[in-house]
Amino acid sequence: MAGIPLPSVELHRQRLPNGLRVVLSPDPTAPVVVVAVHYDVGFRSEPQGRTGFAHLFEHLMFQGSESLDNRAYARYVQSSGGTFNGSTHPDYTDYYEVVPSAAVERALFIEADRMRAPRLTEENLRNQIDVVKEEIRLNVLNKPYGGFPWIMLAPVLYDTFPNAHNGYGDFSELDAATVEDCAAFFDAYYAPGNAVLTVAGDIDVDTAIELVHRYFADIPARPVPHRPSFAEPPPNQERRHTHPDPHAPLPALAIGYRLPDPAAGFLEYLSYEVLSALLADGDSARLQQRLVHTDALAAEVSAYCGVFGSPLDARDPDTFTITAVHPRQVEADRVLAAADEEIARLAKDGPDPDELARIKARWAASLFREHDRLVSRAMAIGAFELLYGRPELITEMPAMVAAIEPEQITAAAAGLPPDSRAVLLVQPARNSPFPVSAGHPSGGRPADAAPQR
Amino acid sequence: MLHRSAEQIGQTELGPRPLPPLRAARPLAAPAAADTVLDSGLRVIAVRRPAVPMVELRLEIPFGGTHRRHPARAEVLAATLLRGTSRRDRFTIDRTLAGVGASLAAAVDPEHLSVSGSTLVSGLDTVLEVLSDALTAASYPTAEVTRERARLIERLTVSRAQPRVIAREALQRRRYGNHPFTREWPHPEDVAAVTPAAVRALHRRAVVPGGSVLVLVGDLEPDWAVGMAESILAGWRADHPATELAPLPPLSGADLQLVHRDAAVQAQLRLSAQAVARSDDRYPAVQLANLVFGGYFSSRWVENIREDKGYTYGAHCGFEFTRYGATLVADADTANEVTAAALLETRYEQGRMVVAPPTEAEIDSARQYAIGSLIIATSSQRGLAGHLATLATLGLDLDWLLGHPARLRAVTREQVAEAAAEFFAPSRFTGVVVGDATRLAGPLAALGGVQLP
Repeated sequence: MAGIPLPSVELHRQRLPNGLRVVLSPDPTAPVVVVAVHYDVGFRSEPQGRTGFAHLFEHLMFQGSESLDNRAYARYVQSSGGTFNGSTHPDYTDYYEVVPSAAVERALFIEADRMRAPRLTEENLRNQIDVVKEEIRLNVLNKPYGGFPWIMLAPVLYDTFPNAHNGYGDFSELDAATVEDCAAFFDAYYAPGNAVLTVAGDIDVDTAIELVHRYFADIPARPVPHRPSFAEPPPNQERRHTHPDPHAPLPALAIGYRLPDPAAGFLEYLSYEVLSALLADGDSARLQQRLVHTDALAAEVSAYCGVFGSPLDARDPDTFTITAVHPRQVEADRVLAAADEEIARLAKDGPDPDELARIKARWAASLFREHDRLVSRAMAIGAFELLYGRPELITEMPAMVAAIEPEQITAAAAGLPPDSRAVLLVQPARNSPFPVSAGHPSGGRPADAAPQR
Repeated sequence: MLHRSAEQIGQTELGPRPLPPLRAARPLAAPAAADTVLDSGLRVIAVRRPAVPMVELRLEIPFGGTHRRHPARAEVLAATLLRGTSRRDRFTIDRTLAGVGASLAAAVDPEHLSVSGSTLVSGLDTVLEVLSDALTAASYPTAEVTRERARLIERLTVSRAQPRVIAREALQRRRYGNHPFTREWPHPEDVAAVTPAAVRALHRRAVVPGGSVLVLVGDLEPDWAVGMAESILAGWRADHPATELAPLPPLSGADLQLVHRDAAVQAQLRLSAQAVARSDDRYPAVQLANLVFGGYFSSRWVENIREDKGYTYGAHCGFEFTRYGATLVADADTANEVTAAALLETRYEQGRMVVAPPTEAEIDSARQYAIGSLIIATSSQRGLAGHLATLATLGLDLDWLLGHPARLRAVTREQVAEAAAEFFAPSRFTGVVVGDATRLAGPLAALGGVQLP
């Protein structure tokens, strides 16, 4: 298994006098540039009584700024040949434009304009509350397993409001949002010193730096908020919760465990990422082989780090998740017991060295593939800078994974104890008739996507 | 905490600033490529795109079938194709692929059996050997067929509860009645009745190279890759070509059909009309007209029902291509109480395409977006491989892709106006509204043009 190549990524960092951190990553492979801004506020920071506010506010950032009326944002990006989006995560909110390189200056102008002076109006707020509710109906309320497991598992695994509440928000709390709330939120969290600007792709570094200064340097510095710790102790026993889902045709379960603090040791954290692949990535992975094929206890199994399936995407505390969709005639406890046995076996004997090498090869290849999309690479660079002050993780992460030894997997497996975890049981409607139509087999995506624009 | 008001935030002393101009566009460079038909009838396309040390693989085999049981057999075949050969069992296949950083997966629809995957370039020979093994010696072991059959039924049950799947099947029935094209999802009882012998027979008859296409994109020399594919796939031969989908009749306009779904909180609007193939001279004009109507965020329809009215999270109108041409499919999911209003606005915007043709500014924006998004979408190995595979099944090639920006630049305002008038008139559309009929029937009946259940 020798000779898995490691990626090389060019990085340049700067900090403007107003506090804005800038990461540039030139790559001339294609005539495309990504401009991204990560703000250091996610749904863990939204106030009590305002669940869903961070995501609602993200929507408002697309509704115009001093130089752009409320339709102009999308029109300018798209009429420049570009695409855009934003998403809200536990610890950050990101925004990006992907544009042909001819439009890089426009993308910088647009991001600077809304960092400087967004239009926070009553009309835009009411309209976007309606749009967000449709997004929640579409992604959560009107479909089987909507919000599974991230929304329902969090309050079982965590006790404190920041970690436990629903980041999509409660309809009545969304309705209660005011323009005043928006102004307070923007002034508190959207200061340039609380943000990271990433410019990646077909750029000349000197030109890009000059353009960044031209558009962002005059945004006045504002105080950067104190960032509270969201730490809380792990559960001291297994906690269970049953969630009825009238749309679900089959029962499902999710097991949530606490991950070690990534900032305290990336290598230890990443050994859980490799463990997740050993458990669930591919037919010969431990849980696939045992639960899906040998014992036929489950139709689908997944395992992943991070609430949306990406490792190193949040600060402490973070979640390791295993999910399974299983037949009605199989008791959830049988699925749990079989999963526990497989994890215990890894904790006792560790992985076979060849098995580990194979899993690491496939993981490295998947990361190459993922980061071959410029936007994925740029978003990861920005998040790494924001969360850990370490954009170099874009190349260090695969190097660390390549260096992980069987003993580290053994230790990680021992870190998934049955007596300190959350178990969510999704209970389908009693009589789930076969609906009038059939469907394509689902699968592939391990976790739900983060709330998006 | 003290903060500024929303008015103060939205204004600076300098006031609104001018949007910077676009710089000169960098044209798409033509990559090194080979496109050849082997003796076996298999077309092989290889394109060099060396950004990461990976290769993307796509194999498309025409897989039409008119027999009532064909969809169920085809689904079981796809689920089991890579689950055992005369030389390798399921786990050996997965381990072999993982060891070289590779994945392969098979899927089927009424038109094609598709195998897609990726590998570290150093493992390309291994992946092609596994693929060749499956194509020539897949054994469909009884135990695997039995297990995959059961799993498929479980997964179908999950998928069939998804509103978008229910809506898709209703639309297909409305558009094409009982044509094989509508059989995207087999009935569970048909899946249960599929025998290993039937799958093996289908493989012998239908998994053949004549008319199929293999696309390889990545860190490769095209001639080297074609040579490798030719030698490793030399044993894949047949005395007859693959089976194309039966010809599709063109669509004509009809009333929408209201289809009931119990306790739905949202309704699915799905409208469709006949369009033109990519190879048609009018296609670039129809593509631009569609963008202006509903093909991107800055379109008339999305700005109306999402940005102005807040009726939906996402509305989109796009092309669906088959070898027999193309259709337009417009979709939006809306809350029950605004569904009739959303349909009214949809018809209004369709009518406006005829009586208020796209303006110069609308066309310019659509043109830039069409060109830019094509450059962006094909800038990754994955994106380019997917595009080329789709184009190849439509009889088009890399030259068509590289020449498309110039075709889009040449479209005149008159041509877009003609396309808008010809293809977007409300009377040309047929379709469905899927949702809670007890709540939707009244308002929809009042609007007219809707057939109630």
